[in-house]
Order: sequence, then structure tokens, then C-alpha cells
Amino acid sequence: MSIVTVERKILKKNDEIAAENRQIFKKNKLFTINLLSSPGSGKTSLLEKTIEQLNNSIKIGVVEGDVQTDNDAQRIAKYNVPVVQIVTNGGCHLEAKLVQNALENFDLSTLELLVIENVGNLVCPANYDLGEDKKIVMLSTTEGDDKPSKYPPMFRVSDVMVINKTDLLEYVDFDMNRVREHAHTINPNLEIIELSCKTGEGLDVWIDWIRDNL
Amino acid sequence: MHEMSIVQSILDIVDEYMTKENGRKLMEVAVEVGELVAVVPDSLTFCYEALVENSPYRESKLIINIIPLTGTCSDCNYSFKIENFEFVCPNCKSSSIAVKGGQELRITHLEVE
Repeated sequence: MSIVTVERKILKKNDEIAAENRQIFKKNKLFTINLLSSPGSGKTSLLEKTIEQLNNSIKIGVVEGDVQTDNDAQRIAKYNVPVVQIVTNGGCHLEAKLVQNALENFDLSTLELLVIENVGNLVCPANYDLGEDKKIVMLSTTEGDDKPSKYPPMFRVSDVMVINKTDLLEYVDFDMNRVREHAHTINPNLEIIELSCKTGEGLDVWIDWIRDNL
Repeated sequence: MHEMSIVQSILDIVDEYMTKENGRKLMEVAVEVGELVAVVPDSLTFCYEALVENSPYRESKLIINIIPLTGTCSDCNYSFKIENFEFVCPNCKSSSIAVKGGQELRITHLEVE
């Protein structure tokens, strides 16, 4: 019996491709966000609202990640923005290589903001760097206020937490202070934005955040 | 379940090393998995067994070492084990914590015969 020393990161290959993506984004002066949440938190709705507000002033591209169907890409295509659908066929997360392949379908030099909507999942995508500038984790008030405590790695690696469906606060048991407190225990640097895609309340804060980062 | 794709990444690296060990038999793959990494060790073992079943590695075992989540306070230098993902210094209550261990997801070594 003998020992063969390896000492290698298991996801090194993904990290290397993510680094290549980062270079591509930088070269094209593109601000890129990786949008993450459970299924149904409102990622696509936030994207629609973002496009509605910014499409006249900023060139936006979208990568849609889904396990099946191109329903989300169809929703986005109505706004006349370039969109590429990645269907993972059961895969629970996007990987850097999938995103890199999708980039070939864009004229990146004409874009300013690229939004990658990840597969709805608060676990797996946390481990996979895509080369994005910022990770945005979304949760909604109907999901319960213990999400950060239940899925700490995702909240630890994210830069911003968007809390959606604030219009439903009076109907659900969702303690905003508790969520903020737990999220900041896990990640003291996490920025928090509360909004409602339905009523538009708080959207201006999100839009300003994007503008400030471009 | 991303454990399957993580195991596939493990096996890709194993292949790379085993081609250099021509003809020898793989007995163990030792990996480190940090507590902060979103990976379930049991699922990893399950996926490993499923993927090597019909391969030259079918007799090998995946050995998983869990690395506890530890940190050092950037304000008072106190080193401690981070419990319940609370990144707060038990000594001075600062939330400025540098993670020391718990983010690993790597292969340390192989055992071959």
C-alpha cells in the first residue's frame, strides 16, 4: 500500500473557468450578478421589474438557468433583451463552463449588465463560482424567516440579500428583524434590500444599488 | 443534488493521478469537506459508490474528513470554533471574523496497492 499525495481543490476546474469568465466580463466592462433563491421567491419577477426600469438607459443581457423548460427565457424575451436559456436537465446548479458556453451567444461588448438567474436552489449553487461580480440571494416573506439559519453557506457567500413580497407581510409570520439579525450573524457584510415586485415598493433601492455598481 | 457532480469532479482528478500509477489498484480516496461547504457527507459516499460500481475503482472507498468551522477574531485575535454559523467572537463580541477552517473541499491523497 502506498500513498499518492494530491492536495487539490475538487472544484479547481470550475474555479479556473470562473476566473476566465471574470476576465471576459472585465474586458467587456460588464457588471455581472448571479441571482440565487429557492424556487418561487421571485427571481424572474425581479428581473422583469429591473429590465422595465433600466432597459432605456442600460444594455442588459440575461442568462436563464432552469432544470427544465424555457418559460423564464420566454418571459424575459418579451422585453427585447438578449437572453440565453441554459436547461440543466436535472442539474441543480449552474457551473462556470455552462455560463461560458452561453456567453458565445451574446455580443458582450454592447452590454453593460449581465444577470445570471441561477437554478432555484439555496444549497448547491453556493459552491460554484461563475465569475460574477456579486451574488444576490433572494428570499420572500412567504418562505418563513428562518431561511438564513437553515441555509447558512448561501447567505455567507452572498453580497446582497433581497427580501421580496413585503406586500404580504401582514398576512404571514415573518419577523423582518429576526431575518436581518440572523443573516448578519452569518454574514456581517451582507447588504439587505426589502422590496415588493408586486407593488413596486422598495424597487428604487434595488435599482439604485445596480446603478451604483455599474 | 450536486454531490453527484462533485464526485464526478473527484473521479476526474483520480483518473489523472491513476494513469500515472499504471496498473496499480485504487484503495482509498481521502477528501476534506469543510463544515461551511454545502455538501452532505452521506450523499457524497452514496454517489461515490454508485459512480465507481462499474469502474476499475469499484473496490475503493471514499474517506471523508470533516473540517470544523473555525475562525480568528480580527479585533482581539481570539481563535475559536464557530458554532451554529454564528460569526461572532465569544471573547469580545466582534463580528469581524476571519474564517480559518471549514471552507475546504479538496482531495488530500489516494491510497494505492
